[in-house]
Amino acid sequence: MDFSSSFALIAPELLLTGTGLALLMVAAWGGDKAARFVAIAAVTALFGAGFMLVPGLHFGTDGPETIAFGGLMRVDSFALFAKALIYLAAIACLMVAPAFFNSAAAGQERGLRSEYPVLILFAALGMSIMVSAGDFMTLYLGLELNSLASYVLAAILRRDTRSAEAGLKYFVLGALASGILLYGMSLLYGFTGGTDFATVRAGLTGELAVGALFGLIFVLAGLAFKIAAVPFHMWTPDVYEGAPTPVTMFFATAPKVAAVALTARVVFEVFGAQVTAWQQIVMFTALASIIFGALGAIGQENLKRLLAYSSINNVGFILLGLAVANEAGASAMLVYLFIYVAMSLGGFTALLMLRSEDGDLFETFADIRGLSVTQPAIAWCLLLFMFSLAGIPPLLGFYSKFVVFQATVEAGLVAFGAIAIAASVIGAFYYIKFVKVMFFDEPADVVKGSSGTAHWALLFLTAAIISPLGYLLTPSLTDLADKAAAALFLAV
Amino acid sequence: MDGFPILTTMMLVPLVGAILCLFIGGAAARGVALAATLATFALGVLLWASYDIGGAQWQFTERAELFEGFSYALGIDGIALMLIMLSVFLMPICVLASWTSITKRVGEYMSAFLFMEVLMIGVFAAQDLFLFYIFFEAGLIPMYLIIGVWGGDNRIYASYKFFLYTLFGSVLMLIAMFWMVAEAGTSDIPTLMQYDFPVAAQFWLFLAFFASFAVKMPMWPVHTWLPDAHVQAPTAGSVILAGVLLKLGGYGFIRFSLPMFPDASGELAWLIFALSMVAVVYTSLVALVQQDMKKLIAYSSVAHMALVTAGLFAFNVQGLEGAMMIMLGHGLVSGALFLCVGVIYDRLHTREIDRYGGLSINMPYYALFFLLFTMASVGLPGTSNFIGEFLALAGIYQTSTWVAFVCTTGIILGAAYMLYLYRRVAFGVQKNEDAAAMPDITAREWAMMAPIAAAVLWMGVYPESFLAPMRADIAALDARIASAAPANDSQLADGAPRAEAANAIAHEGGEH
Repeated sequence: MDFSSSFALIAPELLLTGTGLALLMVAAWGGDKAARFVAIAAVTALFGAGFMLVPGLHFGTDGPETIAFGGLMRVDSFALFAKALIYLAAIACLMVAPAFFNSAAAGQERGLRSEYPVLILFAALGMSIMVSAGDFMTLYLGLELNSLASYVLAAILRRDTRSAEAGLKYFVLGALASGILLYGMSLLYGFTGGTDFATVRAGLTGELAVGALFGLIFVLAGLAFKIAAVPFHMWTPDVYEGAPTPVTMFFATAPKVAAVALTARVVFEVFGAQVTAWQQIVMFTALASIIFGALGAIGQENLKRLLAYSSINNVGFILLGLAVANEAGASAMLVYLFIYVAMSLGGFTALLMLRSEDGDLFETFADIRGLSVTQPAIAWCLLLFMFSLAGIPPLLGFYSKFVVFQATVEAGLVAFGAIAIAASVIGAFYYIKFVKVMFFDEPADVVKGSSGTAHWALLFLTAAIISPLGYLLTPSLTDLADKAAAALFLAV
Repeated sequence: MDGFPILTTMMLVPLVGAILCLFIGGAAARGVALAATLATFALGVLLWASYDIGGAQWQFTERAELFEGFSYALGIDGIALMLIMLSVFLMPICVLASWTSITKRVGEYMSAFLFMEVLMIGVFAAQDLFLFYIFFEAGLIPMYLIIGVWGGDNRIYASYKFFLYTLFGSVLMLIAMFWMVAEAGTSDIPTLMQYDFPVAAQFWLFLAFFASFAVKMPMWPVHTWLPDAHVQAPTAGSVILAGVLLKLGGYGFIRFSLPMFPDASGELAWLIFALSMVAVVYTSLVALVQQDMKKLIAYSSVAHMALVTAGLFAFNVQGLEGAMMIMLGHGLVSGALFLCVGVIYDRLHTREIDRYGGLSINMPYYALFFLLFTMASVGLPGTSNFIGEFLALAGIYQTSTWVAFVCTTGIILGAAYMLYLYRRVAFGVQKNEDAAAMPDITAREWAMMAPIAAAVLWMGVYPESFLAPMRADIAALDARIASAAPANDSQLADGAPRAEAANAIAHEGGEH
């Protein structure tokens, strides 16, 4: 495999890198006046990069021709599927940002800063590298590129104490997790003699040495932190609440996809020979995330905090697909990820539309009382998102649970599935609280601000996807996910 | 009729109406809702008229592979036909019942009801296991809104309880469905009804389905959501809840539990019998002491449904037919009783029995209808419930004399609480001035009551119309489950047939 074909494989990343660097210059010289141009250019670049994925996604790509740079990167259908989701989520987060930063919600620092689109672009690039990683070094490189951009994004409202607190917390805990991950990687290197996935995998066959087992556990712990799975979820509510809402929306979607996809690749490609060792860890994490995500959300008054717990809960279901440890499970996990991204984007967009007359943002239950009377369109869309997150048919959120649990039961993990699905009922409690507050309570009538077209478009688009109409997407979605999962297992 | 997708059309009409109502709102929504429900009812009549009795088991079948993982497959047999008819018959009446009593957010209200109708038709017509589940569960959303937005004072609690109870019941069934589909390799309901699952697995599958259907039914001891939901729901909500949604549990038993897990059903019939016996006696006694009319009728529903479950697990044709007839009769009668409560609630805004009295003096027509439905609820011969209760008890007797004995006491207790209710509301002195001043029923209320009354009498006098479409399906079900029937203690034996009629009198005088 020569260099030119390797470069061809990573063309989307090259495009993002080039645009990101160029826009960084524009931002540096043009200042915040150029913010609008930078945002548009970033969206265009993400669209362009996403467009490059289409042929590979459509026809499916796997096998040796997807390996770039001698195994450092792997650009198969699995990576493409994750990348497509990441780019789409990033575009959505860029679309809703200007309205937020230009309003009173941004506090003292009104106005979209031109760093914001650049940071999103670099974060997307980092995630893009993560999901294509074929070597622990690439993995770490992508992960840190993403993380560093994310730390800054969380703290982008520098004079807002909550935003600064979120950034600091995210940074300190994120650095700790990176350290844990690095330590795990170094243990694995020590016991197997390599950093690329194939070598490590070859070294992990047979009886697992204690040190290697520690390496495995440390790597999984580091990754669990990145996907905010219990017991490494403590940072999530604080960061989600403190970060500016468009950034929270970004955190809840794109990095989640990237980290989950990365975890899937690591467990199947690196630890594929030690399924029992990691399966029980993932099973525990999945179940714990479902239960604690649901219980933690019950007492919350802040909507962003509540959605943070909801994302923990959802990660549990996504990991359920991973815990099945077969191709059907991986495919179900990808379908879940797609639907989860649609639901989260929609939910956060709706939150971004809860504005007062002067543009300030509301984020507690008390503010959305009786929203169905004052803002019926937003309220009905939120109702769809909440019932969908709770997994109530006929909304598409049910289908995501459907595929995951079907994979679980077909793999013979019936009791595990039964416990998980019973725990999902706990989660329904706070989702229907949303509906109760919006529909049953007397109107608080504070949400009066109007929202721009970008918000409405995104809201209606995501609502249409998760509505029963979304079921018409399921054949093609399943087809793509199956191809991606097949590529992942072929790589093994 | 060949090729015309009548079932899909029946679902599309209310769906379009629902979306329309959501957007137009206000008074116009009432007209749209009434038109949509009447149109659906007309389609239902057409459906019944073109149903070929004695023809193929599954008729009006439609199939489209629109989705991944399950298919859009519809089709009905006689049992589903009857339950669909019940749903589409009650819906226009529900719209009429809400005509004046619902004043806020009319469009959304009517929309929720029309969505309910879509889902109810869908759940009875679904021929794919997962499609059934989707329709079965989706009903939670509109019902949650109906109770929560337009319900009484304690509506929040009732709506939460309703939602979480029924959701928890159903999710385990979903897991069981996945297992069944993985085992049998298809999610087609008619195929699964003939599939023989391993006996050991049947036990668990049965319990998972039981968890869902017992809550929906509702069976003692998981019935506690029902009185709350009924009391808090608006009148039309109660009618739909009692009239159709409770039948989902019975339909589930007859469509899934019995034919798919016959061995487990036979093994666990004792459990069903035990719960049913407790329910019949206990909830009847509870009904006897209620001060709230809706609560009383809610508890009486639990008692009637217990008779349904006992009849279903009698494992013979009479029991099954009786259970179906009780479901249909109870759907009409309890719906009508809730309407009766609604009529006087609209006037006096209280459901407390003591606040009324002597209504037969100032509301004679109302008292007449109320009497008819009370008697039907008691099971008076000539009314719908008599047919069902008699058949069910005859069927139960063949399997267990003791269960039949206990269930029969339920009929007596039923007579006690219903007549006691009627006496306190309609007879006696007019002790409350405001109640004595209430006007008799209006033309709109006539239009709600009269059709139900006619149907109740029709079903009571000529039940053949309703039994005929179901006969072949129930016979097929009986043949499927006969081998698993539990041991019976009644030891029936065929006697020598008589040469003459039982009341023939021998004449001394020879020929005339």
